[in-house]
Amino acid sequence: MDFKEKLLDSHLAFEQDVDLLHPIHKYRKNALKRFEKDGFPNKSDELWKYTSLASIVQKDYHLSPISDSNIELKDIKRYFLNDIDSFKLVFIDGVYSPFLSKTTHDGMDICVLSAAISKSKYKKTIKKYFNKIVPKNDSLSSLNTSYTKEGAYILIPKNVEPEDPIQILHFSTGVQNSIWLQPRNLIITESNSNVQIIERHQSLSEHKVVTNSVTEIYAESNSFIDYYKIQNDLLSSSLIDNTFISQEKDSNVSVHTFSFGGNLTRNNLRFYHKGSNISSTLKGLTILESRQHVDHNTLVNHAKPNCESYQDYKGIFSDSSVGVFNGRIIVEKEAQKTNAFQQNDNILTSDKSKVNTKPQLEIFADDVKCSHGCTVGQLDKQVLFYVYSRGIPEKEARALLTYGFANNVLESVRIPNLNKRIKKLIASKLGVDLGFDL
Amino acid sequence: MLEINNLHCEIEGKSILNGINLKVDKGEIHALMGPNGSGKSTLANVISGHEDYEITKGNIYFKSNEINELSASERAHEGIFMSFQYPVEIPGLTVTNFIKTAINESRKAKGLDEMSSREMLKKIREKSSLLDIDSKLLSRSLNEGFSGGEKKRNEIFQMAMLEPELAVLDETDSGLDIDMLKIVANGVIKFSNDNNAVLVITHYQRLLDYIVPDFVHVILDGKVVKSGDQSLAKRIEDKGYDWLKKEIK
Repeated sequence: MDFKEKLLDSHLAFEQDVDLLHPIHKYRKNALKRFEKDGFPNKSDELWKYTSLASIVQKDYHLSPISDSNIELKDIKRYFLNDIDSFKLVFIDGVYSPFLSKTTHDGMDICVLSAAISKSKYKKTIKKYFNKIVPKNDSLSSLNTSYTKEGAYILIPKNVEPEDPIQILHFSTGVQNSIWLQPRNLIITESNSNVQIIERHQSLSEHKVVTNSVTEIYAESNSFIDYYKIQNDLLSSSLIDNTFISQEKDSNVSVHTFSFGGNLTRNNLRFYHKGSNISSTLKGLTILESRQHVDHNTLVNHAKPNCESYQDYKGIFSDSSVGVFNGRIIVEKEAQKTNAFQQNDNILTSDKSKVNTKPQLEIFADDVKCSHGCTVGQLDKQVLFYVYSRGIPEKEARALLTYGFANNVLESVRIPNLNKRIKKLIASKLGVDLGFDL
Repeated sequence: MLEINNLHCEIEGKSILNGINLKVDKGEIHALMGPNGSGKSTLANVISGHEDYEITKGNIYFKSNEINELSASERAHEGIFMSFQYPVEIPGLTVTNFIKTAINESRKAKGLDEMSSREMLKKIREKSSLLDIDSKLLSRSLNEGFSGGEKKRNEIFQMAMLEPELAVLDETDSGLDIDMLKIVANGVIKFSNDNNAVLVITHYQRLLDYIVPDFVHVILDGKVVKSGDQSLAKRIEDKGYDWLKKEIK
């Protein structure tokens, strides 16, 4: 039995654990049918031309893994942003851990999707938002929908602004090898609200884990979301991150994706504009080594006038690592005065590393400003000599130039602690300890 | 301090230096003049340790040690500095962070602790005011969007910060207007003392009106063909290099 068949067959067992009468169950059923028909994407699919899932889906995985109940705060504390008590949603092997989390229902909802599905007071919200922007033709999202059970549920009401960032942390422990996780997050910011969110998927030991995550984000009018994805997982872990963002008028959403780790990572990041005066920012910094593979597949769908989008992805690839960037911008006929910018710059530091970059602009309006560019190059020898000549040795010189190269992405990280943390990650990745606060 | 003996050097199989002899002592200012393509900039690059240039014969000694095999950063730690003819741009890296890293890497190499932030700041203030550098420039990306004059001034600022024992100034005067030239020259004069040495590489005598050299050397076809005092520079300014070429023949 191959893994697809297993997924189809195991759904019956999954159904014993969920409320079959809940309205969302029909989404699960329909999604499963779509997945049955579409299967896993393969290389003949234009959107998957440079990233193959074959080596991943040819293996077998546990679908409802055993969760390690012995995980304590000390095991995961170093992945927390700070010691202070900010809101955290911690999942261990796909299971929510109330003991390690800090949630609230006081003035806002920071809790889990399973609770939001089961409690009647959330019925209206779930009905309004759940699975409303997930494309039907995306088979991996369909797969996630069909197995929807747990994940983060965040609702920031009108005019509310949580003081601290909210952390969504998914850990896999390795208590069981070869596991397949499918978290489902739902995030809603009502009008005039403002939130910062950090999401991370992390293995605590070397073991095979694949995460196929779906996050739906609804930014209502004039709300502000600052979202950070930290991808620095072990080489035994792979991640398919599907994030769909719906923006209403005057909203501002920015997503930073830091991809430093993992075996195979695919980021499907899609923005859909539902009103005017929207701003969307997509920034990414990818630093890879060994045989790592990261694929950024973005879409900004400009559907309304006077909106802007800004994309800036930088990548540095060493050893045999591979980077893919496919940035699609659609400007619909109605979206006059759109201002869309896209840039993808890459540095290859070895002969074996590889980058495929493809901007894709589809413009149907006539009064728009769109620009895009991509570069693939190496660290300039003359620039390196200049830096050496000032007494900075090779490793540090390369780190300094990498830092300079990445700085445009780093400087807009608005959470100071996170900014510091990421710079430290970069420094340790490059094996340097520099004289200034990298 | 610097002693170059019969230095031959080539790049991509093409020989550029053909037996350079040069001796620079503490407390001296030397000027190296020569027409385009004579090997001036190559010599500066070779002294600084540019990897593209291969020394095929001869030696470079610095403070009595042969440095042929030292890397560029190691030479900098020894006390060699080069002001670039074309300073490079590094977007995303501020002048301040760059110079801080440079100073602390040199200190690290010498087994010293990092310079304290307060001391660093004090030094930056002192040296930048000497060169009339706006503090805004220091928080901008290194050389990005700098005018020609700002770039050269920034080179001299880095020299003043790093306090090398030997400063090689490769056409630091090119592209400078007269006011900027005075500021830059003044920076070099303030830097120069009994314990360090300066090697000024230039096309024109103009800079030497401000930075008065103790010795002037002329380089032709990769060889120092004549040495003298400042009057040699004046003679070249008046008559060009042809008379020298004839004299050699």
